[in-house]
Amino acid sequence: MGSGHRPGRRGRGREGRFPHSNSDRILVLPGEEVPAHGLKPGTGTYRVDGRIYASVLGLVQPRPPFVRVAPLSGRYIPKPHDTVIGIVTDVQGTFWLLDIAAPRWAPLHMTGTPWKIDFGETDQYLRVGDAVAVSVEQIENTGRIGVTMIGEGLGKLEGGTLATISPAKIPRVIGKGGSMIQSIQQATGCRIVVGQNGRLWIDGPDEGILKVREAIRLIEQEGQRRGLTERVQQFLGESPRSERFDRHEGPPLEDREPPAPPEEFPPGGGPGRDPFSDDSDSPEQDVN
Amino acid sequence: MGSVGAKDVPQLIGPDGLRIDGRRVDELRPLRIVAGALHRADGSAFVEWGANKVMAAVYGPREVHPRHLQQNNKAIVQCRYNMAAFSVDERKRPGLDRRSQEISKVIAEAFESVIFAEEYPRTSIDIYIEVLQANAGTRCAGLVAASVALADAGIPMVDLLPAVAVGKVGGHIVLDLKKEEDNFGEADLPMALVPQSGRLVLLQMEGHMNREELSTALDLGVKGCRQIYDRMKQALRERYAVDPTPSSAAPMEAGS
Repeated sequence: MGSGHRPGRRGRGREGRFPHSNSDRILVLPGEEVPAHGLKPGTGTYRVDGRIYASVLGLVQPRPPFVRVAPLSGRYIPKPHDTVIGIVTDVQGTFWLLDIAAPRWAPLHMTGTPWKIDFGETDQYLRVGDAVAVSVEQIENTGRIGVTMIGEGLGKLEGGTLATISPAKIPRVIGKGGSMIQSIQQATGCRIVVGQNGRLWIDGPDEGILKVREAIRLIEQEGQRRGLTERVQQFLGESPRSERFDRHEGPPLEDREPPAPPEEFPPGGGPGRDPFSDDSDSPEQDVN
Repeated sequence: MGSVGAKDVPQLIGPDGLRIDGRRVDELRPLRIVAGALHRADGSAFVEWGANKVMAAVYGPREVHPRHLQQNNKAIVQCRYNMAAFSVDERKRPGLDRRSQEISKVIAEAFESVIFAEEYPRTSIDIYIEVLQANAGTRCAGLVAASVALADAGIPMVDLLPAVAVGKVGGHIVLDLKKEEDNFGEADLPMALVPQSGRLVLLQMEGHMNREELSTALDLGVKGCRQIYDRMKQALRERYAVDPTPSSAAPMEAGS
């Protein structure tokens, strides 16, 4: 069972904590024994004959009295109060079904929206394919995922573009205390809504959006490495946009509008500018 | 197999006890596993095993598509094993045939017995296995690929599921048949093992073996499965390497 026997000393730790100070992170695969140290089997584990084994691929997290395995891959598993980005997949008389990249679709009832809607008028507000920022309210024991659009920073996402990343890497996209997402927003002049389900909504100048996408790809590839925030900051700072993105687009970018200066989009969101950038703060606070 | 006249059977085990490709009777073909080979799927793997090339993709847990298949206490496990038209010497007629239906079914059932399906009621876990090049043992290669893909997709399960075929060739019990051995040998016994518990969750046999031979074959197969299990774990560890050791990461940071 290989390295699965090293003792885990980090009593506290969060899923997808930052790569610093993680010299004792233990990767386990399904079927490998988890060092239990008298703890009970938590999520991502099972017990046979008094021994605890991992049921998913992930990192061992002792959380007395339980030891759990935090998955490193897989679909988004909804948690109450998570902000997620959903895509409308079906419109019914009183509700919409949202694909939130979870195991199930999530119904968004019309009472969970800021709008006053009559029966059968749901399709005048959201249609199939629209993207919305919603918050997970509760997971019923039937597995039904209740979501609401009422709340700060929630609502229909208009314009902009979506990017996806593994949900396990979202904490790295946000960074310690929101440092990563703030530096990305500042360097690119883009508004970003981070969904805990691995979807990111990005709006801003075209070059900025491309740059955000590259930064996300960098995070995805190097998410396990140390010093990631610095690396991304360096990437964001190093290349003037016009040089870097010439290779993506045929014509040079002179005729484009220069990207908005970062001051217009302070990390907390410009007042009156948009309801969404506040939202990108909320998951950051979760992380702390 | 009985229809092949004795004189037509090539000599599959040489006087030195080696097989036609120079392997010992208990030796596996070279095996390469790549976890996470596809981007769109929730989990995926590519397996090259001897001359077999197999791609597996896993989606889910996700909404069940014909709704009536949905089960409200657990996830359903669906599998599609498919051979590409170009995977064999003679062009294979594309699409479902009886053989691929059977293999899909036994693979789905093997995985049902290791996946914790109750964790995701009313959903479906879909496994797609595409055989790009076949050289005997594709159901085992498909199982190995699908199992790595399931782990890559974060599906909770008892264990990975290594699989291998054992056969009887020229009177010898041999591990991991290749095409000629499968075609001209006396028996073929594919199996899949749950290493954690030692249970077999897939066991099929074609041909004839006596009781002792079967018992030897099972022992040999379990040994082979354990070797394959190590390779599967290695492939997943490579993909999910937690940060490099501090000593190797530090110089890079200093440079940056």
